[in-house]
Amino acid sequence: MDTYYCPHDLAKFGDMGKNRPELWAKFIDYYGSVFADGALTEREKALIALAVAHTVQCPYCIDAYTNACLEKGSDLDQMTEAVHVATAIRGGSSLVHGVQMRNVALKIGM
Amino acid sequence: MPSLQASRHPLAVTDEQHRILARTGAPRFDDVLSRNGLPLLQTARIEVLQVNVGKLCNQMCAHCHVDAGPDRREAMSSETARKVIELLRRHDIATLDITGGAPELNPQFRFLVDEAVKLGRRVIDRCNLTVLMLPGQADLIPYLAERRVVVTASLPSFRQAGTDAQRGDGIFEKSIAALERLNRLGYGKRTGLVLDLVHNPVGAFLPGKQASLERDYRRELASRYGIDFDHLHAITNMPISRFLEFLERSGNTQSYMDLLVRSFNPVAVGGVMCRTHLSVGWDGALYDCDFNQMLALPIDHGAPATVDDLLASGDLVRRVRTGLHCFGCTAGAGSSCGGALA
Repeated sequence: MDTYYCPHDLAKFGDMGKNRPELWAKFIDYYGSVFADGALTEREKALIALAVAHTVQCPYCIDAYTNACLEKGSDLDQMTEAVHVATAIRGGSSLVHGVQMRNVALKIGM
Repeated sequence: MPSLQASRHPLAVTDEQHRILARTGAPRFDDVLSRNGLPLLQTARIEVLQVNVGKLCNQMCAHCHVDAGPDRREAMSSETARKVIELLRRHDIATLDITGGAPELNPQFRFLVDEAVKLGRRVIDRCNLTVLMLPGQADLIPYLAERRVVVTASLPSFRQAGTDAQRGDGIFEKSIAALERLNRLGYGKRTGLVLDLVHNPVGAFLPGKQASLERDYRRELASRYGIDFDHLHAITNMPISRFLEFLERSGNTQSYMDLLVRSFNPVAVGGVMCRTHLSVGWDGALYDCDFNQMLALPIDHGAPATVDDLLASGDLVRRVRTGLHCFGCTAGAGSSCGGALA
């Protein structure tokens, strides 16, 4: 192993079911149900997944859900907007923690 | 932008296309059938006579497997069109599916429609939508509606970016205008005038699930433009002609062929269109499908290979001629002119 992340490892995702296959089966069953058409379409769910993939910064997920978004009919503008949503939440999350910073600073400052 | 043929591109020569596909190291399609315990492809009952009347088109789509365009002049003659109708008269084939190019621009289009309708056949017009907006085609929608012709129209995305990227700048806007006009005359409104849409992926990937795509199209087209339609067909891009040129130019040929082979779905094999279609070229040559036609692979294995031969022998049963491009019809949910298969 000369790098922690290898693109071809994405295809080995199923190898995680080689041990404790009953847990893997439950996960895959749940995963499949989550991404099926429901109140949200598969395309919308793939866009959410793409945004989350950027938040958790998983290159495998980014690869997989870029393909999934395109296959399900999204285009680059829509996918870019999804990444901006992730970015806005991450940035907003930092900023809102600034309130905590202000609480402390205002309490102990003069 | 000129066609591959007009620009003398190496891929205008079908031998070069075969060579590039072979270079990917994809296994023989027939071998993969055998490995999956499936028989070689044979025709079942022929339900569709698909006639490609020529390569003239008012558009220059980036994925076109025909390499059609305004600079193409191949066109079916009246003599061949009469033979096509004679073929329909002699055989109990339920549907005449007319394609091109833009088939409506061919002088024989209305003759074929009129005669097939007189014979009581269902007629499909594979329409690029923008042809309906051309100055000389103002009467086309009423003409099609009177004869209850099914309009199967290409719209790769319900958004402008995707549609224009694949079909050319400004095509989306004109397509929406054409769809509005079709709706106004009853198409896609559950009046018996059928308006189906065709989705092709805008790039080197497989289409998503047809039912899910249809749901998105239906909601988005209705909410954004007030447009209704009947069904959506999701069709995989074939790695031939202009789409192959895109794959080559973008460095995606190997990965796309790998994807098609890796996604081979044995369940899709039973429904591939070559088993129920007979494809006629503009010059009267016969093929197992429109893709074989564009790869210059006429019907083989001893079956009649021209309309004249078929009129003489009458035998529609044949073994299908396959190639590496066939993986395009069996990948994922499968693909045919009627959309997903599995």
